[in-house]
Amino acid sequence: MAEITKLQEIASQVRRDIIRMVNMAGSGHPGGSLGSADILTALFFSEMNHNPTKWNRDGKGADMFFLSAGHLSPLFYSVLARSGYFPTEELKTFRKLGSRLQGHPSVERGLPGVHIASGSLGQGLSVSCGAALAKRAAGEDNMVYVLIGDGESEEGQIWEAALFAAQHKLDKLIAFTDWNGQQIDGPVSSILDLGDLEAKWRSFGWNCRVVNGNNMTDVVEAMRWAKSTAGDGKPKMLLMKTDMGKGVDFMQGTHHWHGKAPNSEQTANALSQLKETLGDF
Amino acid sequence: MKITEKFINTGNKDTRSGFGAGLLEVGRENADVIALCADLTGSLKMEAFAAEFPDRFIQCGIAEANMIGTSAGLALSGKIPYAGTFAGFATGRVYDQVRQSVAYSETNVKICASHAGITLGEDGATHQIMEDIGLMRMLPNLVVINPCDYNQTKAATIEIAKHHGPVYLRFGRPSVPNFTPADAKFEIGKAITLAQGRDVTIFATGHLVWEAIVAAGMLEDEGISVEVINIHTIKPLDKKAVLESAAKTGAVVTAEEHLIAGGMGELIAAFLAKELPTPTEFVAVDDLFGQSGEPAELLKEYKLSSINIADAVKRVIAKKLALSK
Repeated sequence: MAEITKLQEIASQVRRDIIRMVNMAGSGHPGGSLGSADILTALFFSEMNHNPTKWNRDGKGADMFFLSAGHLSPLFYSVLARSGYFPTEELKTFRKLGSRLQGHPSVERGLPGVHIASGSLGQGLSVSCGAALAKRAAGEDNMVYVLIGDGESEEGQIWEAALFAAQHKLDKLIAFTDWNGQQIDGPVSSILDLGDLEAKWRSFGWNCRVVNGNNMTDVVEAMRWAKSTAGDGKPKMLLMKTDMGKGVDFMQGTHHWHGKAPNSEQTANALSQLKETLGDF
Repeated sequence: MKITEKFINTGNKDTRSGFGAGLLEVGRENADVIALCADLTGSLKMEAFAAEFPDRFIQCGIAEANMIGTSAGLALSGKIPYAGTFAGFATGRVYDQVRQSVAYSETNVKICASHAGITLGEDGATHQIMEDIGLMRMLPNLVVINPCDYNQTKAATIEIAKHHGPVYLRFGRPSVPNFTPADAKFEIGKAITLAQGRDVTIFATGHLVWEAIVAAGMLEDEGISVEVINIHTIKPLDKKAVLESAAKTGAVVTAEEHLIAGGMGELIAAFLAKELPTPTEFVAVDDLFGQSGEPAELLKEYKLSSINIADAVKRVIAKKLALSK
């Protein structure tokens, strides 16, 4: 399938961007960014209805995306730049003084593609509820997407928002959980076990599916299914099973690379595993 | 004319009802106004808005963090959300949400906080927040407003819709004198000089503006000339009004239903320390939680009443005289 191959090639470049940005900055969060790269690549390059060159913070007439797990900023900035929101050259400024590419997403310097600040966890799902309510009030058909983490789902506000979205039948709200099972201090199951996430979201009144979040075909298919059920009166949750650090063997499947930058040797090793497909920034 | 003759109490009313009336009026004027509440619709006097605009009223349940985030999301598309709950829950409970999703993100959210201060009364210290002004004024981008009576709260509620940016609007539970003219214009950031004086300036905010007027009346009878200024907008502070009055009188008393820490008085004192060091007394609560009681009893118990303001005026004038010798 040509389309899937193309998306996989973009995802490989996005992963290269993540590694290079975090290495250049000397800090950042590569693990979750690599793990969710397939999700945001599918969204920004295939499934989302958006116009990067005519982006407005109000999101009117377009789908909106919120990154609730703001530490995945390297991934977010890469897909924004690669899909045309701002020049890829600007990725070099990540985490540098005066940059629009703050360590965690911010709006005060006007970076196109970012609707709201995130970083302190648990808030983006609520914001996306408000955006979905406003779209409904305006009679818009556009979707609202949001990415949260599984560790982030330990925050109580996530479950406040889960109740709210179901209560208000926000069926054009499509949420993704980056379900990699890892958080800063170790495996989620050993820290504050989320148990049966699928049963939890269903019991909160959401239409829910478990997806292989690192399989581009599955990710695209799941997003299309979620969009197709827009009129069912229920918000959607796609539980994306991913590997933290996906694509780089020594980073994969461990929490150790949650928030650590690779040195130059490790960066060279990582990049040797990721095909350059669109040209490095 | 005596200050107490100039400002007539037209009947006690609660400031939260001023909010409710203002919300209904601004809702009629502006279709983008949306109201959200966290299971306190009656307490916040939002029923009339909810009844007239059911499609623009969002019941959030007892989930304040989500209410603030949802408000931020609504604001992005051009809605003007008024999110109402008790002041304690609208600030301390959701500080991080207000900080990141509202203040830092500069979303056009109006945080509407009722039952502020010690005059909440019988519910006691858990609900009597006296730290909220400090918490909110520390946040960049946030406007902080604390109107004094029903009419001013109503006018402020209507006016803040015209200001594009996040606002913290603070009001209270008990019935208090209503003396602001119903047609008085509310200007964000513009202090109101209620009485001109020579000897001392009282900067008051919220419910204590009336107490300051009563105090000024008592002091006038003793031959003390008192300037009374209503600081309804704490941030941005009307620095010009503060500086001019302090330069004129050379003695300052601040009065607020809040802790000294983080309050309006501390803000004014810090400003004057830099621009024009001036003897100052604070009528505010010093590092204490409140307790159950009737509002008027509590004002006396915590030394926030007109008598305490008058005493503070005498102390600060004595300080001024001592310094001039």
